[in-house]
Amino acid sequence: MTSSLPGSAPFEPSAIELERRAFRRARKQRSILFSVLSTLVFAAVIAVVLVNSPGWSRVSETFFDVEVAVKSFPRVIEGLWLNVQVLFVSAIGVAILGTLLAVARTLKGPVFTPIRLLAAGYTDIFRGIPVLLVLYLVGFGIPGLELTGRMPAQFWGTIALILSYSAYVAEVLRAGIDAVHPSQRLAARSLGLSHGKTLRLVVMPQAVRKVTPALMNDFVSMQKDVGLISVLGAVDAVRAAQIEVASSYNFTPYVLAGVLFVLLSWPFIRLTDWLTARAQKREQVGGVV
Amino acid sequence: MTASVERVADPVARPVLEVRGVHKRFGEHPVLRGIDLTVDRHEVVVLIGASGSGKSTLLKTINLLEQIDDGRILLARASADDGGTAGELEDITDPRVDPDRVRARIGVVFQHYNLFPHMNVIDNVTLAARKVVGVSRGEAERAGLALLTRIGLADKAKEFPDRLSGGQQQRVAIVRAIATDPELLLLDEITSALDPQLVGEVLDLVRELKAAGSTIVMATHEMSFARRVADRVVYLKDGVIVESGSPEQIFDNPQREETREFLARVRDPFGE
Repeated sequence: MTSSLPGSAPFEPSAIELERRAFRRARKQRSILFSVLSTLVFAAVIAVVLVNSPGWSRVSETFFDVEVAVKSFPRVIEGLWLNVQVLFVSAIGVAILGTLLAVARTLKGPVFTPIRLLAAGYTDIFRGIPVLLVLYLVGFGIPGLELTGRMPAQFWGTIALILSYSAYVAEVLRAGIDAVHPSQRLAARSLGLSHGKTLRLVVMPQAVRKVTPALMNDFVSMQKDVGLISVLGAVDAVRAAQIEVASSYNFTPYVLAGVLFVLLSWPFIRLTDWLTARAQKREQVGGVV
Repeated sequence: MTASVERVADPVARPVLEVRGVHKRFGEHPVLRGIDLTVDRHEVVVLIGASGSGKSTLLKTINLLEQIDDGRILLARASADDGGTAGELEDITDPRVDPDRVRARIGVVFQHYNLFPHMNVIDNVTLAARKVVGVSRGEAERAGLALLTRIGLADKAKEFPDRLSGGQQQRVAIVRAIATDPELLLLDEITSALDPQLVGEVLDLVRELKAAGSTIVMATHEMSFARRVADRVVYLKDGVIVESGSPEQIFDNPQREETREFLARVRDPFGE
């Protein structure tokens, strides 16, 4: 039966379709060409303005000295390794504390009022204080209590970062939890799942997916704020660069540290974009608008 | 059948829409396999067929919401501007054509209403007139209120969509689609998400639109309604038009075995 119906033959595009495709291809190539050209022109203008500025020779000497960069590279990269370690531990700490805070804020019922208030107070306070101040207060204040033995500066730096960033992440997660439609909770509870299991198996996975871009944004932001632990005396990339600057009377190590921080965060930024694009593709099948 | 006689006498009874050999695939899966369909001015064409037969996809390709893989879709020009005469057919699948300009000439109503929840009813209805056509707010609201009055929802103009019943929301969605006086109206299973007792009010509105002369292509599962409102019924199966004809012919005397099977299953889902 189907053999008599049109379209059952192998698909062979018509002349009209081929012409359309050719036109679309040409249009795409044209727009790529234009974007490349405009980028090149833009870059050229910037370069010309920079190079022709009166102080360019001095600035290039003090900020872009290849020799100094090469010489200071080992120390700066060694410092960056400390940043990576602190970042790794902080990220895990923030994930745990942030989730606990977010869940605490969504608890319903009068029994949980103190916990809810505590969590709300915590996020209010720590989102309000500049990270730098938290670092000073934790890094110089808590050791003063002499509860522990002497701990390295990066230890207190990590604690301060966790305290500060958990507050932000908790708010992002809470927004995600609130954005999951109540019918999902209903459906889970109707299956007999407890409040906790509903949260863990049904609500949180959807919540995290909804706020992944915002979470990744916080992560990238934390990645560079890790550099602030240098104020406590930890020899991280920023501090190492500072030492190199002091010994060479040249600012190139700062530029080097900046470039390294960008390179460190770049894979995560791309990963975020990719994840977001993939989720969008999955949720909006087809559709050209 | 008197309608068709009138159409012949009508000098503007030229096709509004011509679909020629349209193919559409999602990946390797063919959804439309060579669709040919002509819709005359003031004609109501009803698409029937099982879920996945390609009804919705066909409507989406006509509105350029899906890019076709082969064939052409032609739509009558609304006016003589941009290098053609009014009423002349224009190939809207040509990539040189601005899709926004085409979509402005076609009204679409969706299964799930798709009203904008952050705008009240009158703003929903007048949005396209104000922001696409460029009518002043005062004028757009006067016209919008007149339409809402016609469907008995003038008192809901300042309400937000979530305060309305499903039937009321869908009627507002229809009014939103016709507010800019489009050449062609596409209705995509507009009653499928409604409670049975709310279906009637929406279908009554469609009958009114037909009486007022709208050109409509609609996909539906409501066979009794298709019989009452359609000038022509088109049965789709696996992306192919199996049979098309007057409602009497399709429902009372189908020529093809597939059509008979489909109608039997719809009338008696349990096959008893």
